[in-house]
Amino acid sequence: MAEAGAGSAPDDYPSIDPTSFDVLICGTGLPESVLAAACAAAGKTVLHVDPNPFYGSLYSSLPLPSLSTFLSPDPSTPPSPASTSDDSHAVVGLDRRSIYSEVETSGDPPEPSRRYTVDLVGPRVLYCADEAVDILLRSGGSHHVEFKSVEGGSLLYWEGNLYPVPDSRQAIFKDATLKVTEKNVLFRFFKLVQAHIAAASTAGDVAGEGDASAKIPEEDLDLPFIEYLKKQQLSPKMRAVVLYAIAMANYDQDGIDSCEKLLTTREGIQTIALYSSSIGRFANAEGAFIYPMYGHGELPQAFCRCAAVKGALYVLRMPVAAALMDEEKKNFIGARLASGQDIMCRQLILDPSYKIPTLDVPCDGSDSDLPRKIARGICIISKSVKLDSSNVLVVFPPKSLEEQQVAAIRVLQLSSNLAVCPPGMFMAYLSTPCADGSTGKQCIKKAIDVLFSPQASDGSEGHSETTSESSDDVKPTLIWSCVYVQEITQGTSGSLLSCPVPDENLDYRNILESTKKLFADICPNEEFLPKKSAPVHADDDSDSAE
Amino acid sequence: MHGRPRRPAKPEDDEASAAKAAKLRDLQAQVLHNHHSRTYTKEALGLSFNLLEINPEAYTAWNYRKLAFQHNLRELSDPEAIKSAVDDELRVVEVALRQNPKSYGAWYHRKWLLNQKLAPVDFKREFGLLDKLLKVDARNFHGWNYRRFLARFLGVPDEEELKYTMDKISDNFSNYSAWHNRSILLSNLLMQQSKGFESKQKILSEEFELVIQALFTDPSDQSGWFYHLWLLAQTSTPEKPQLIASWPSNGVKLSSSFVREKVEQNTLSSIWCYSLQERIVPIVLYFDEPVKGLNPSSVKLKSDLVFAKDIHWRPLSVTDSGYSNCWTTQLEIANECNGLHQFSVEVIIPCSDDIVSRSGSHYNFPVDFSFSIELIGCGDTAEDIDLFRDPISWDCSEPFHPHGIYNSISFDQLKISSELVQEDSTWHLERLSDEIELFRELPDENSKFVKLTLARLLRACAAIKSRGRSLAERKGYCEEALGLLNDLIHLDPSHKRYYEDERSLVLMDQLTCNMETFMKHCSVKVQPNSAPMNHVQLCRLSLTRIGFAERLLWVQVLDLSHNSLRSVEGLEACQQLVCLNVSNNQISSFTALESLTKIKSLKVLDLSFNEIGAHSIDTTRYICSSPFSHKVEACEAFEECQQKNINVEDYWEAILFFKSANLAQLDIKGNAVANKENFRTLVMTLIPNLKWLDGECVH
Repeated sequence: MAEAGAGSAPDDYPSIDPTSFDVLICGTGLPESVLAAACAAAGKTVLHVDPNPFYGSLYSSLPLPSLSTFLSPDPSTPPSPASTSDDSHAVVGLDRRSIYSEVETSGDPPEPSRRYTVDLVGPRVLYCADEAVDILLRSGGSHHVEFKSVEGGSLLYWEGNLYPVPDSRQAIFKDATLKVTEKNVLFRFFKLVQAHIAAASTAGDVAGEGDASAKIPEEDLDLPFIEYLKKQQLSPKMRAVVLYAIAMANYDQDGIDSCEKLLTTREGIQTIALYSSSIGRFANAEGAFIYPMYGHGELPQAFCRCAAVKGALYVLRMPVAAALMDEEKKNFIGARLASGQDIMCRQLILDPSYKIPTLDVPCDGSDSDLPRKIARGICIISKSVKLDSSNVLVVFPPKSLEEQQVAAIRVLQLSSNLAVCPPGMFMAYLSTPCADGSTGKQCIKKAIDVLFSPQASDGSEGHSETTSESSDDVKPTLIWSCVYVQEITQGTSGSLLSCPVPDENLDYRNILESTKKLFADICPNEEFLPKKSAPVHADDDSDSAE
Repeated sequence: MHGRPRRPAKPEDDEASAAKAAKLRDLQAQVLHNHHSRTYTKEALGLSFNLLEINPEAYTAWNYRKLAFQHNLRELSDPEAIKSAVDDELRVVEVALRQNPKSYGAWYHRKWLLNQKLAPVDFKREFGLLDKLLKVDARNFHGWNYRRFLARFLGVPDEEELKYTMDKISDNFSNYSAWHNRSILLSNLLMQQSKGFESKQKILSEEFELVIQALFTDPSDQSGWFYHLWLLAQTSTPEKPQLIASWPSNGVKLSSSFVREKVEQNTLSSIWCYSLQERIVPIVLYFDEPVKGLNPSSVKLKSDLVFAKDIHWRPLSVTDSGYSNCWTTQLEIANECNGLHQFSVEVIIPCSDDIVSRSGSHYNFPVDFSFSIELIGCGDTAEDIDLFRDPISWDCSEPFHPHGIYNSISFDQLKISSELVQEDSTWHLERLSDEIELFRELPDENSKFVKLTLARLLRACAAIKSRGRSLAERKGYCEEALGLLNDLIHLDPSHKRYYEDERSLVLMDQLTCNMETFMKHCSVKVQPNSAPMNHVQLCRLSLTRIGFAERLLWVQVLDLSHNSLRSVEGLEACQQLVCLNVSNNQISSFTALESLTKIKSLKVLDLSFNEIGAHSIDTTRYICSSPFSHKVEACEAFEECQQKNINVEDYWEAILFFKSANLAQLDIKGNAVANKENFRTLVMTLIPNLKWLDGECVH
């Protein structure tokens, strides 16, 4: 074993003992980490390795100086060992790939640049009442991560201006930009939805107190959500509020034929239900959304810690070089680490930066024929887009910027109270799904232009001094930005699992859904992170949000 | 707390509550014992604390603590010791409030303590306590009361408190207490003309804007509607009181006699006035809002007549507030005269500081009008008038012949026009019209608040239109309001009676606001052996109450039969009324007729087929603003009745009514009370001059 370690690795890879595990996971992204925690909680032995010296993989938060190397990795990676055949198994070399492309940076990163932490999954938040929060509480992961609320609420870009998103009774009341008739129609719609949710939730009870008449009729639930909103007489602006800023639809819902993903009323109402149950779930959280302090990279780490508590073994800076395959059964039985050590396992899980060997066909990706992409942007700005607010979500509905904009663009502004940047500075994340990278990037840039003003050419601060009198109206100055395109691939199951990449959504719901499916494949008879797996003091809800 | 369902008690709760009751009884007995023996030791006080901790409603325990505190205070001289004694007591209150935040006794005790001013008040702590309390229940009116108390105590400016109400409304606009406090603070600020609050119009417009955001967001929430009603009242009440009607009106000629030929030829130029036979001229002044302060110096009379006694103005109102819309005086003519003489009377109301409205505004619209009186000397022969030789007949089934106009009937002769009034009215009208437009847009079809508010807005508009001279527009408003009120009667049957009353007012307004419509209900009644009298017939209109009495001041014969009247309040203004028919209505007690006792000229009253005596419990006592009270002057009448073996306890209402009614003809058949024992005797005893009772001649 010592030979193996010394022979092939100049980095002094440690050797691992034992050499056989139930589950071997490579990559510490959120799905991998959740799987590690869930498998460990289910009593499996887990070896969790990551080629990087940090946790999180594609879900990590990086110090700003490390971003460019992560997005555009050095192509001179050592070639994977050639496929060879051993006595009992074949060695299949594993290649890595980058899912990022068209990286474009502008401006100089402000100093000290190490004090800026950038998310790879941004813009992203958690609903106070969503499954991610539940899993964190159940697993005890909530003890390793702290949240703050997106207290500035949401803004909607509409006809050239930013408007607050009226998402509650009080917000509708206070909103000075709405016409009174709009207020009436919108709140009536909210009440209708609330009554439906209440009726639907009590319907399952034995008592059946729920007023069944309060439910929205089935035929309406199957309607496209936009048709239902029209039926409720919501104005185009109110429809945009509900569809893109509350129900968080990605694609244009107006053109029924061209639309890639048309939300049904049922789905729309599901998200609204989540949204409204999120408001007020934690007494100290304002609004529906929370964000993890120090960035999203904290989340996979929290789950890794849970896994470690349950006995999972962790090794960082340890790439997997090859997979080991049983030649007779044509399934994977282990992996060869970069150290040269062979680890046997019943289940091999890889993060999506590994190319899945082509001989392994059984993947159930149904729409894999259409590669989807996301254009993402990261900006550093010196002022908040909304006066007196630190953390704000901005939504650009489809076509609000230009005709070619087929999907909504979401922007999440974060402040120093989340410890992601120095005081007085703000981070802004943008994303939009797209079929073609350059169109997507163009939309992101357009949104950046609308929200921020470019830095004065001489780069001096004097510019902002002269306009300080009307500084309330002046747009925040863009100091640094990075725009890039990310591919979306599906997670695949089989004897070699590949986890999903960060998707185009604002939350983790879909990613966790796929992760749960993967877990069900690995441990068909086990409960996913059952409550009892949490440490004793997990009943303390209040500390999960600041 | 609000919106929490009650859960039925479980058996184990019963046990616990029994144990608690036993403990409470024990504690209570001990505290009472200490109270009686005036034991104010530490242990004894501790017991009272234990009691209040469980039951803050034990008022005696609070009182005991108060006495003990005062007793023990005498032994303290060190200010520090006093302060700590006060602090201890404050803490007791806080503990009690934790048990019940709505305990009257606890709040009272705290206010009492602070009012002693024994130690400097820690306002930070007090306001901190309040903030905590109102966070738990923002609608706890005790908390709001206490906040007002503290603000006054500390002298917090109203502006700051106003901001606080805004904060609370921003948190949650379903907060009656916050809206209510806002209305109080704004009233003060507007009254004091504080900085930034000089323009009532500007402030009210902003408030309308604010509350409308709440109303449109959630029309089913009531708190905003109540605030809107308050704003509406502020907008629709006149800024300054004005005289809107009088009797006699300008240019009228009154006479004590008449010439029959002239009646037949319809060329009568004077109005026969019943009370002139007794040489009395009543003057009635009707204002658009309740005022007080009418006296011989604020209302000047110029006349070539000589009046006996001092002129005394009295309010015509069933309440004793001193304020009234309607004021009257009875002029007693003392002139000796022979032959036909004509005299003139001029009434002058200058700007006056004496005449004040409830809101403190002074009378600011000088008015000057005159009328004339034709007198015939005592010895001179005139037409023989015996009004009651035959019973007056009411027959409203007979087709009504509206009589040709007679120039002396007029209700719009007072020339009240002022630039100032116009300007105010324009703003009011614009404001109200904006509101009407807005609520018509509110798509909540079946909201009773929308309909009611619209109806009230329309009525307020109509009222403003009467101040100008565009009475025709008024009809449109009335029409729409009537439709809304009819809808409401069906939509919200539990408040049916209120809507019916409102509808009656609108109906009365609609019928009387314009000459043309009103004249269809007016005629001159000519009885054999009697003078022609101004007759108004308002039958079969489903009226439930009287409104717009200012337009009926000149009526002498009034037929209100076949309506649904439950009270005749308002008719007291009709000092000329001689004959009144309220048969076939829903009057259920004599209390509901109290107004009539103020009309000295009323001689003929038809009460038949009402519900007097049919209901054992007199509900009108709670509806009428001032039920009869047992007054000393009634003693005589009671004694008189007792002598005739009349059960005074059963008939006190009837006795009080009939003793001040000087009727010649009464119809009361068809009422339960008429069939009761001794009732006839009672009537005969109390009205010695009665000639006709239920159609029979009794004298």
